[in-house]
Amino acid sequence: MTTFVELLLSGLSIGSVYALIALGFVIIFKATEVVNFAHASLLLAGGYLTAVLRDDIGFWAALLVGVAGAAAVGALVEFLVIRRYRGHDHSVLAIVTIGVDIVLVTELTRQIGARVLPMGDPWGDEVLTLGAVSIPQTRVAAFVTATLIIGAFLLAFRFTSWGVAMRAVAEHPETAALMGIRLGRVSSSAWAVAGGLATVAALFLTVFPTPGLERGTSLVALKAFPAAILGGLDSTTGALAGGLIIGVTQSMAAGYQSDLTFLGRGIGDLAPYLVMLLVLLVRPAGLFGTRELSRV
Amino acid sequence: MSEPAETSVSAAPAPAGPAASEAPSSTAGSTGGRHGRRARARVLPPRRATAYTAAAGGLLLLALPFYLDRFWLQAGLLAMAAAIGAIGLNLLTGATGQLSLGHSFFLAVGAYGYCVLAGGRDGELTGLGLPGWLAVTGAVALAGLAGGLFSPIAGRLRGAYLGIATLALVFIGQHVLLNAHDLTGGYNGRPVPPLSLFGLTFDDTETVVAAVPFQSMEKLWYAGLVLLAVCAFFAHGVLRDRPGRALNAIRDHRIAAGVMGVPVARQRAGVFVLSSMYAGLAGVLLALVFQQTVPEYFGIVLALEYLAMIVIGGLGSVSGAVTGAVFVTLLPQILTRYSEALPLVSAPGTGGVAPGEMSRYLYGAAIVAIVLFLPGGLVRLAARRGHTQKDEA
Repeated sequence: MTTFVELLLSGLSIGSVYALIALGFVIIFKATEVVNFAHASLLLAGGYLTAVLRDDIGFWAALLVGVAGAAAVGALVEFLVIRRYRGHDHSVLAIVTIGVDIVLVTELTRQIGARVLPMGDPWGDEVLTLGAVSIPQTRVAAFVTATLIIGAFLLAFRFTSWGVAMRAVAEHPETAALMGIRLGRVSSSAWAVAGGLATVAALFLTVFPTPGLERGTSLVALKAFPAAILGGLDSTTGALAGGLIIGVTQSMAAGYQSDLTFLGRGIGDLAPYLVMLLVLLVRPAGLFGTRELSRV
Repeated sequence: MSEPAETSVSAAPAPAGPAASEAPSSTAGSTGGRHGRRARARVLPPRRATAYTAAAGGLLLLALPFYLDRFWLQAGLLAMAAAIGAIGLNLLTGATGQLSLGHSFFLAVGAYGYCVLAGGRDGELTGLGLPGWLAVTGAVALAGLAGGLFSPIAGRLRGAYLGIATLALVFIGQHVLLNAHDLTGGYNGRPVPPLSLFGLTFDDTETVVAAVPFQSMEKLWYAGLVLLAVCAFFAHGVLRDRPGRALNAIRDHRIAAGVMGVPVARQRAGVFVLSSMYAGLAGVLLALVFQQTVPEYFGIVLALEYLAMIVIGGLGSVSGAVTGAVFVTLLPQILTRYSEALPLVSAPGTGGVAPGEMSRYLYGAAIVAIVLFLPGGLVRLAARRGHTQKDEA
């Protein structure tokens, strides 16, 4: 029972981090209808900046610079690449983001090399014990931070003028433009926000019990894709639910691996994708995604 | 008075599509409106010149094993295998608009399928020991079957949903390859039995042809050429004829295609299976060239490379797929071979930009640049160059 609770808590925590990544993914999709395969590289960029700068300027300042840096990279990609595309095929634009991702990830992994960069976070490897259940402090911090950030964004979508503009653009870009909303500004802000969110996620993906940022970190970020798809690409609630489902599934599958040996080793890494496929079989637009209705 | 009228006639087809409009309007501009019509007729490439070029190219390809060393033959064979796989992906993603990030999974099915079917029982490895032609056909059929089994999911999804669902295939593939030890040999992979067809074995036993020792690469070169030619011919037929029109219609407007009488679900499932079979054949050829299959190769990077090929070469055409495959496959090989002579590139492990990294920068940037500035890919560039040269002549 204790193991179960521990795995559940750990899964919820890592799931909330996936939800952060998925939220950025969904925000970009809503604002620009682009599926951003370059998301992993934004995450790696933010994480790398934070890890490299923390010796010189301290952890918190480094994190701020990392968030700002990844936001700048996101906005720059939007400005230099996405905005220049004049066609109408959004799946071609998705392939373009793959090109961007290849370039950025190659450069960042070359910089990182074989090193493992510790984040230097204040939580270290301390463990919080509640009765029989013990859980690393980093996991608690991840859950709390992610909940606060996601909550803030859900409120911002509803109540700020930026959120209203974003929703209007997602609803109907032409009408939104006619009402005086600047599409370019909405779309670059979406990319910037996604970069910032990805950096926070990078932080929590690389702290204890993980040794630090390494070249494989961008692969971990790929698990947020099933989270976003599972919840529905155009739903912020879906990103949250998808992230948590993926996190708990992965944690359970990895934790009870010894009982699942008939499925082979390393089933924890595969579980998110299997769950996604099962959900897509039943609900092709994800759990909360809007079903596409076409009028003829 | 008559001049403006003629210009408008020649300009009339322009709005039909950005791709079709470019060549005619540029010729009309250079030769003047009065000859606009005649210039447009000249734009059509003369069939005879194309045939001569193709024949010369074919002869050159046939002669290459007599002159090139093993390194370049292997690179060329990898390009041929990649071209077969890229043609398959271009049928699916380029012509039908179904984004697939799982192509490397079907390549793996083909490669390992061949090993299992053709290989003998060796230690813990299972093998059926079938004759070569049966093993190749069986491997391709297996890949098609895998594509067919995925179609309940693929049939429901579109766009990004399909892309990420096929990404799941890559991870499932990796998991199976690493865990099904008796079939795949686990992490270290399994050796590939050499292909033997009608008494001819494609292995390293030397056969001297015209004073040139023929080893596995030389022999496989001809097998690869034949396979590529057949695959390209077949795909060309599919694209040019009724099914190709249907696939393009599905890409451009799914509902309109359905209304026009295209059986959308059946065509999509069909093209998925066909594309998987192409990938399977490419996988068999890759396995034969490498002589050892390892799971690591068939990962997500490979799937992205195939997407890069079709985008760089040109979406939706056979020649585009082949061009892109040659570009993406040979680029790292060329950079590796000449890393000392090239600026900015240094040998792997010396701290500078390694050839593999350089080629990834280049083709990553090429994807972006081509979609933004050259929609239609390298093939379109060649076509445009041909047109302007003919105009100047």
